[in-house]
Amino acid sequence: MAQKLVSKIPEGPLEQKWTRRKKEMHLVNPNNKRKLEIIVVGTGLGGASAAASLGELGYNVKVFCISDSPRRAHSIAAQGGINAAKNYQNDNDSVYRLFYDTIKGGDYRSREANVYRLAEVSASIIDQCVAQGIPFAREYGGYLANRSFGGVQVSRTFYARGQTGQQLLLGAYASLNKEISHGTVTSYPRHEMLDLVVINGEAKGIIARNLVTGQIERFGAHAVVIATGGYGNTYFLSTNAMNSNGSAAMQCWRKGAFFANPCFAQIHPTCIPVHGDQQCKLTLMSESLRNDGRIWVPKKMEDVIKLRKHEIKPSQIAEEDRDYYLERRYPAFGNLVPRDVASRAAKERCDAGFGVNETGKAVFLDFSQAIQRLGRKKVAERYGNLFDMYEKITDSSPWEEPMMIYPAIHYTMGGIWVDYDLQTTIPGLYAIGEANFSDHGGNRLGASALMQGLADGYFVLPNTIGDYLSHKIMEPKTDINAPEFAEAERAVQARIERLFSIKGSETVDSIHKKLGHIMWEYVGMARDEEGLKKAISEINALREEFYKNVRVPGTQYEFNQELEKALRLEDFFDIGELMAFDALNRRESCGGHFRVESQTEEGEAKRDDANFMYVAAWEYKGKGEEPELHKEPLNYEFIEVKTRNYKD
Amino acid sequence: MNFNVKVWRQKNAKAKGHFETYKISGIESDASFLEMLDILNEQLIREGIDPISFDHDCREGICGACSLYIDGRAHGPDDHVTTCQLFMRHFKDGATITVEPWRSAAFPVIKDLVVNRGAFDQILQAGGFISVRTGSAQDANNILIPHDVAEESMDAAACVGCGACVATCKNGSAMLFVAARVSSLALLPQGRAEAKRRVQNMVAKMDELGFGNCTNTRACELECPKGVKISHIARLNREFLKANFRD
Repeated sequence: MAQKLVSKIPEGPLEQKWTRRKKEMHLVNPNNKRKLEIIVVGTGLGGASAAASLGELGYNVKVFCISDSPRRAHSIAAQGGINAAKNYQNDNDSVYRLFYDTIKGGDYRSREANVYRLAEVSASIIDQCVAQGIPFAREYGGYLANRSFGGVQVSRTFYARGQTGQQLLLGAYASLNKEISHGTVTSYPRHEMLDLVVINGEAKGIIARNLVTGQIERFGAHAVVIATGGYGNTYFLSTNAMNSNGSAAMQCWRKGAFFANPCFAQIHPTCIPVHGDQQCKLTLMSESLRNDGRIWVPKKMEDVIKLRKHEIKPSQIAEEDRDYYLERRYPAFGNLVPRDVASRAAKERCDAGFGVNETGKAVFLDFSQAIQRLGRKKVAERYGNLFDMYEKITDSSPWEEPMMIYPAIHYTMGGIWVDYDLQTTIPGLYAIGEANFSDHGGNRLGASALMQGLADGYFVLPNTIGDYLSHKIMEPKTDINAPEFAEAERAVQARIERLFSIKGSETVDSIHKKLGHIMWEYVGMARDEEGLKKAISEINALREEFYKNVRVPGTQYEFNQELEKALRLEDFFDIGELMAFDALNRRESCGGHFRVESQTEEGEAKRDDANFMYVAAWEYKGKGEEPELHKEPLNYEFIEVKTRNYKD
Repeated sequence: MNFNVKVWRQKNAKAKGHFETYKISGIESDASFLEMLDILNEQLIREGIDPISFDHDCREGICGACSLYIDGRAHGPDDHVTTCQLFMRHFKDGATITVEPWRSAAFPVIKDLVVNRGAFDQILQAGGFISVRTGSAQDANNILIPHDVAEESMDAAACVGCGACVATCKNGSAMLFVAARVSSLALLPQGRAEAKRRVQNMVAKMDELGFGNCTNTRACELECPKGVKISHIARLNREFLKANFRD
């Protein structure tokens, strides 16, 4: 089995690996490209940039999204920025430093070669985006502006107000539109992939449901690219969009693609706290706020009590009575420690009883000093739209009182296992962006998700997929009447019919909420063996309840959002269980994965490099069977592996 | 809080629609409008009634999916928000709230409150881009763009493509949407090379798809959740005149 995990990392010095790999690759000539078909599922930064770039190259591309337009993909909601090693600030930034920060930020659980390539192409991304007309923030002289993000000591983040993801996605979407108008790309909005079709061990197409008519449709190709994002919504409450889901990844997993490091989920420290139980979605407040905002809770318990009773306002608490706990614990990085560290520190203060709202699950993010130092105009230019958004939601103005924030599920570092070429364990199946696992290790740094999505889509995949397709130039169009397509369609149809036949009394959302509670309680910010085992048994019990008691109204052949949700929830059960399995296996604390059994005396995460310096890639073994673990060892040839230190 | 929700129900594109009124109680004032609809849907499903279909996704006011016409206003009674950022504290306890889909010939209803806004994609496909191939760009700082120009371009680029401008316009005009894209790119040096083709093709496509004409009522500007100004329509008109004058 072990030979299945061939990472294909090229030999040679780190800075020559990508060049060397590109040199080795076979090419496809323009006449042949026209005959080759590629399916891209998902239209976020990864999917849209890949589909556009593949269309430009002359391939025949079909692109699918579940929304009414490719522009709605959840990349659009990324706020703060995108990293690139331009060193425009002359602050001694470099490709090496971006590479190093990313490896360290990921707590030494990502591949050196992949991360170096990411840093290497980062500068080209900014060039590309500016050429597309993306209005990045500028200095008065007309040059590009930068800001700083967590886990780094340079300013390398490019941004467009607090809407960087939106602008980058609109750029990729515009490129996609250009290719659609040229006829190289065909767009299928409101289509949801429901299965992968594998013929003779190779990915050859997908089964999708037309979400308007409800028809099940077959689509064939010479290769399939999964760009469907992460699985944060397993937790029900997260910063992900309501329709974000991990179903395509699970379909690939069940068809033989390995799934790597599922337990690595990122909990973002600065989200608007949960209010009541009617909520369905958590809102992120950009990490960029930590550039100028200071995080604190009161030092004295009596102040906490008064705050909760609304007897005093936070601004009335004297400076010396405030505990700026990140600055206290991590002097070198202060409020700009990485996300996992900041989240755990907030939890620590709240668990100790210092949470500042009624639920005891909130800390302050304070701009009063920044407003004094920079003036209202400057602060408004940097964060105005975020302040407005906060005020709309909470009815409280950050100009007058500090924001209240608390950690929430935000991003998943784990994903479909891919080799250096971004190919999965199924030949012809590729995974890019958040849907794969490769670049962020145990924790992703801020402003690096946009970078990775676009690096994969614009600069990596268009090269690597050509190497695979060069061997397919004589292969005719995939026949969608092949028995494998018929079989996959039958299975999808059976799945849908089963859901309608249950006719229970519980709604999909009410069961999903229960799954979310299990996940947050036992597979959340702190995990231990007992809790994880409990999570697995509770998920299984809940799955049984789902199949006995869910109610899916309406019919298949209509626009039916409840059916969509029910199908996704089936897959969230599988992911949740897989996350718990992986978390149970990884008996170390690492990045966003904190095992209570593995911590230092000061309560900091304790990694176990001797036993866990590997990628955990899980293989599906059938319904109800335990997945099989495959290990890809991580070799650090070029950097020294250290304990992460953000203190000095 | 308690409400009567009067909702447009329409089985599919071909069916005839009608209003239905549902009672809902126990809503927190901090709940969002869409959370209220989620709770109403839970209630309807339990009562054996088909839940109300509506488009939504990010729930942060940025994806542009949500698109409800509430009490006679696109995105409801608050200013400069998308429907998902509208909160129940803006309604009186006990009120009857009327909820309709976007009404425009160019946006046919798919089901209930869900409409097809594919026409927007088609307009952008006609020219809402800069033709640069991946990999052919020069260094980003070789293109200098003064701070204020970049900011103005960004003001227009903030458009989320929700369609509130069309829904609120008595003519069903898409001018603000088209202007946002044309203006954002026309302001930038990178966008100048194709400025003429872009404006001509996008305006022609807009006309072809059945959107109405602009009569400067400014309703679109008032309801735009991102505050895109009609000064961008003025720039669109200038660009259009310039392009046609040259012909």
